[in-house]
Amino acid sequence: MDHHPSAETQRTLYPYVTGSSVVALKYKDGILMAADTGGSYGSTLRYKSIERMKPIGKHSLLGASGEISDFQEILRYLDELILYDNMWDDGNSLGPKEVHNYLTRIMYNRRNKFNPLWNSLILGGVKKGQKYLGMVSMIGVNFEDNHVATGLGNHLARPILRDEWHENLTFEEGVQLLEKCMRVLLYRDRSAVNKIQISKITEEGATVFPPFSLKTYWEFSAFKNPTVGAEGSW
Amino acid sequence: MDQKMDFNAPHSMGTTIIGVTYNGGVVLGADSRTSTGVYVANRASDKITKLTDNVYVCRSGSAADSQVVSDYVTYFLHQHTIQLGQPATVKVAANLVRLLSYNNKNFLETGLIVGGWDKYEGGQIYGVPLGGTIVQQPFAIGGSGSSYLYGFFDQAWKEGMTKEEAEDLVKKAVSLAIARDGASGGVVRTVIINSEGVTRNFYPGDQLPLWHEELEPHNSLLDILGAPEPMNI
Repeated sequence: MDHHPSAETQRTLYPYVTGSSVVALKYKDGILMAADTGGSYGSTLRYKSIERMKPIGKHSLLGASGEISDFQEILRYLDELILYDNMWDDGNSLGPKEVHNYLTRIMYNRRNKFNPLWNSLILGGVKKGQKYLGMVSMIGVNFEDNHVATGLGNHLARPILRDEWHENLTFEEGVQLLEKCMRVLLYRDRSAVNKIQISKITEEGATVFPPFSLKTYWEFSAFKNPTVGAEGSW
Repeated sequence: MDQKMDFNAPHSMGTTIIGVTYNGGVVLGADSRTSTGVYVANRASDKITKLTDNVYVCRSGSAADSQVVSDYVTYFLHQHTIQLGQPATVKVAANLVRLLSYNNKNFLETGLIVGGWDKYEGGQIYGVPLGGTIVQQPFAIGGSGSSYLYGFFDQAWKEGMTKEEAEDLVKKAVSLAIARDGASGGVVRTVIINSEGVTRNFYPGDQLPLWHEELEPHNSLLDILGAPEPMNI
């Protein structure tokens, strides 16, 4: 294996420890976000208690999928950003829109150097009553919407959200909608783990709820006898 | 099977490494095989390396990479201890390991388990796998042999074990991994770290349990056959 560094010294080629989908939506009081606590190592479900959603400053919540070490590094950058913001001591604090922009610049500039931070990030928050929910990908694509998801969540969760999301969901409705999405991901995403965290951010602040497990349903008669009428099939 | 012996292949510690917290400290364990391709370059390596008096690291993956990382961390921690005026915490040691692993992720191929005891948080284990993620865990397994231990630990791990239970678990686990992983072998080494200090232990094959399809070792077949029949001349 050729190990000596060449002109293009740094270049992330592939992720090692990865987190699966994150899903988030706007509701009446702010943003609700959900992610499982799994860290996969290739096809092995190696780590089962990794927190992939963290509060940022007073007004934002960051959720990440992709390489966990890069997410941990991003948290360090944001720590520094918030620290410097607090040191101004001017009564102002960075809101979700600003933090989202900062992240977009980091991700896009790393992409330009062919050394991306291998993450898909979801940044949600509320400041002065204004709700904000945005996403940034590892190549710097960014946008905001009423509901967002990363990874397989884009294919499995967003269709559900497009159908059932509406303005002014209550906390209970929002949580149940997220749980519906996470359950589908549990059924259909190989790298999903049944240990889920939901977090919320409102004007009052951020709360990351403790991990819990979802019940799953297997009692369809077709599941019990899948090959009835077609022996040899599956 | 005519395999060419590649003596110039990089030294890799196939390895099984384990770190387990117990009620009062940590137990670190590892096998002792270092291979160069298919040849066993060192059958009695010591993969549990001291970073400070109270923090040790289990090394897996490339022997060279893991040695150089632990050398740098030992160097930095030594200076840090002098500046701090008291023993470094396990968290600081683990984060230094992470820093080197993460910032050199394109060049390094080493998975590490940092374990130790400090007066603030007691016994702690931190996993630093490939890529430089840092993960604090009640127990951690690593190296190629660890693939065979995920199921074992899911079943056998319990919170709040005693020192003896923890060391037995580690010995058993490394021994099971050695049985199935060609890249792990030799002896089982353990290091126990707690408030009282550090204890190193050494367990060769004859002091470990036998598993499925393994037989009691003997010096010779002749010992099994009993006294040889006198020749009938």
